[in-house]
Amino acid sequence: MTDVLQPPADIPAHDEAHGHDEHHGPTGILKWITTTDHKIIGLSYTVTSVIMMVIGGFFAEIIRAQLATPNGHLVSLAQYNELFTMHGSVMIYLFVGPFAFGALANIIVPIQIGAPDMAFPRLNALSYWLYLTGSITMLSGFFTAGGAANFGWVGYAPLSNSLNTPGSGADLWIGGLLLTGFSAIFTGVNLCATIFYLRAPGMTMFRMPIFTWNLLVTAILILLAFPVLTAGLIMLYADRHFGTHIYSVAGGGVPVLWQHIFWFWGHPEVYILALPFFGMATEIIAVFSRKPVFGYKGMIFATLSIAALSLGVWAHHMFTTGVVLLPFFSIMSLLIAVPTGIKIFNWIGTMWRGQVWFSTAMLMAVGFVVTFLIGGLTGIYLASPPLDFFTHDTYFVVAHFHSVVMALVMGAMGGLYYWGPKITGYLLNERVGKFQFWFLFIGTQVFTLPQYVLGLKGMPRRIAIYPHNPEWKMLNDWSSLGALLIGISTLLFVANIVVSWKKYPAGDNPWDAHTLEWFTTSPPPHHNFYRLPPIRSERPTWDYNHPEHRALGHGSHKNEVAAEVVHKAPHS
Amino acid sequence: MALPLAALALSGCAVPTFGVKPGATTSSKSVYHLWVGFTIGALIIGVFVLLLIAYAVLRYRRKDDSIPRQVQYHLPLEWTYVIIPILIVFGLFAATLVVENKELANPKTDVTIDVNAFQWGWKFTYPGTNAVVVGQTTDAPTMVMPVDTNVHINLTSTDVIHGFYVRAFNFSRYALPGVDNQFTFNAVKTGTFFGQCTQLCGLYHSLMFFNVKVVSKSAYQTWLAQQNNAGAAQAAATVNQQQTNTYVPTKPTSGSGVK
Repeated sequence: MTDVLQPPADIPAHDEAHGHDEHHGPTGILKWITTTDHKIIGLSYTVTSVIMMVIGGFFAEIIRAQLATPNGHLVSLAQYNELFTMHGSVMIYLFVGPFAFGALANIIVPIQIGAPDMAFPRLNALSYWLYLTGSITMLSGFFTAGGAANFGWVGYAPLSNSLNTPGSGADLWIGGLLLTGFSAIFTGVNLCATIFYLRAPGMTMFRMPIFTWNLLVTAILILLAFPVLTAGLIMLYADRHFGTHIYSVAGGGVPVLWQHIFWFWGHPEVYILALPFFGMATEIIAVFSRKPVFGYKGMIFATLSIAALSLGVWAHHMFTTGVVLLPFFSIMSLLIAVPTGIKIFNWIGTMWRGQVWFSTAMLMAVGFVVTFLIGGLTGIYLASPPLDFFTHDTYFVVAHFHSVVMALVMGAMGGLYYWGPKITGYLLNERVGKFQFWFLFIGTQVFTLPQYVLGLKGMPRRIAIYPHNPEWKMLNDWSSLGALLIGISTLLFVANIVVSWKKYPAGDNPWDAHTLEWFTTSPPPHHNFYRLPPIRSERPTWDYNHPEHRALGHGSHKNEVAAEVVHKAPHS
Repeated sequence: MALPLAALALSGCAVPTFGVKPGATTSSKSVYHLWVGFTIGALIIGVFVLLLIAYAVLRYRRKDDSIPRQVQYHLPLEWTYVIIPILIVFGLFAATLVVENKELANPKTDVTIDVNAFQWGWKFTYPGTNAVVVGQTTDAPTMVMPVDTNVHINLTSTDVIHGFYVRAFNFSRYALPGVDNQFTFNAVKTGTFFGQCTQLCGLYHSLMFFNVKVVSKSAYQTWLAQQNNAGAAQAAATVNQQQTNTYVPTKPTSGSGVK
């Protein structure tokens, strides 16, 4: 018996025109509409969510243009409220999340664990169609008489009730969010089932790649958090239309209840968004340093503790309400810095004494770490109530979470440069990619760093004009310039897709990567694999390609020679 | 590490302010010290980690196609970067607790001001007197309060959630409908300070300004007496006006609507 499953002789080699199972499905547009193949669904997710990023980014550019002067007249106050509401909603609900657990997770997780597809392919297709319809529903608010939702992406009651926001744009926002929420829940179910039940023989839990681990934890968080949001939204809708008074004082309700429900979802959501990108950065940094993940198990425990802590910190968004000043929420929030720090040190440890290859993907991953470090350190301030009191709802907070989410954007771009060739079979142009990175990285810092100072100078968030404080103009101009640079980086990305279109064939494993997805073809065949390598560690493809370079655990250094001798012995 | 730093900051040495001022109240000064302590800690950690990253990416940049030693795990090192951050976090937490307890203490107060936020303005009333200051959007009202006095604020909202934020006091608090939010200011210097709503509250959120004017105790008494008399006169006028303008239903129904 050999370690490698060779394809039976009667199956044509995978690089021939079609595998035996490729002819059954429809082709063309019908294929995209009817497919249950996780890779095609994942590609649909990728394209849709990147379009959402461009739409949300366009809103951001208008917002920054408006704020470039103290008395901007580009948009009205009402339009401004719609713009930042939809900017936040599109970015959080329709781009970052679906990109993380819909697009890349859908494509990569099954291949990373050696599965032929997701556990529930039809449910997976339903997830995508719910996401698409939810996105269209939410954005269609712009075409209603009253305009789109305008109460901020957090939709605080009672501003979001039917008295203060009577338009149907708000209802479409709720409806769109319900649809995408169900999409996320179904994806969470699917990811859990896939990762628990469809792992290839030999792929034990502690041999799963970090990306898959993080998506498992993300999926569990989705299942814990999203139903709460769904329930809260239904109650909000009932308040608006069925005369309930759950969030209104007049009927004996409690407005702050909405904030509890929203942030009970909203804080785990932060990690639902972040963990997949932590996973991407971990994979990319390890591959492009040509070393195993430094503290592989420490990384997993850090992810698990972040997830556990994230369920007990929601009230740090509510310190200024004055009704939840328990020190519990402060210490829990501060403690999240510990596992996050573990991750950062592990990333550094992975690069240490490696051969760090600065492809665009690696640049993006390092840019992610640096930007996330800034966002993380300023987050520590916000966990301390006295410091949160005077920075909350100012541009300090805006800057903090934009450092975080712009780090995620870099992670997303890194993921696209790293895994894109696996899905499409073609590499992107590295030169354009590096330009894109520097525009994105420098743009992000020029965009966020002045906002920290603006926040400390007292500029509140969500204001369209600042007539009494013209001295804020210069910093706002810098921030707008940064937004412009980020916009240029997005255009460079689109341009890169155009100029690289089917130009640079990738081959199966262009990066000499570690995990199973790089063992199959690019793009993978219908059910992903014709053969699998033996899975003896978290790096099966690397072990197969470099059998003499296995990972050396701590303490094994002295026995290195002995280990290599043992390894060279014939396999049993 | 953090605790001595916080202590250093609390001792009031000549350290940079990092963009935050000691402010105009007693607690704003403690908040400022906490800020400085946190920032020194964050800078040390941030610069240390950035240098590590910079060293790693520059020193270990790929030179050839050789495969580096596949080192993985180093438990003593890993425990180091678990335990030290935990110690730092508890230091930060301790400093936070000290400042928070001081800031949120509700000492005995001599002056009470009811602050009511509404779309899109502020109303400051002084219980026990007829003094009322109200203004909205472009006509920003001014809250007058005495220096060196514990001033008790009752913060409420009539409609949606607003944010009562005074930059110079290093403090903000939501005005929530149905909740009576209470806190105390003790101003240490006189002057007029700018305030603004920080929580999105609808169309004119950008224009919901107010001022806080801290005056000497005697000036405050003078101001209050003036306002009291003016307020009494105005209240009488309002009552008269209301009486003349009273809406009389054509078909009066007994019970409902009649006080």
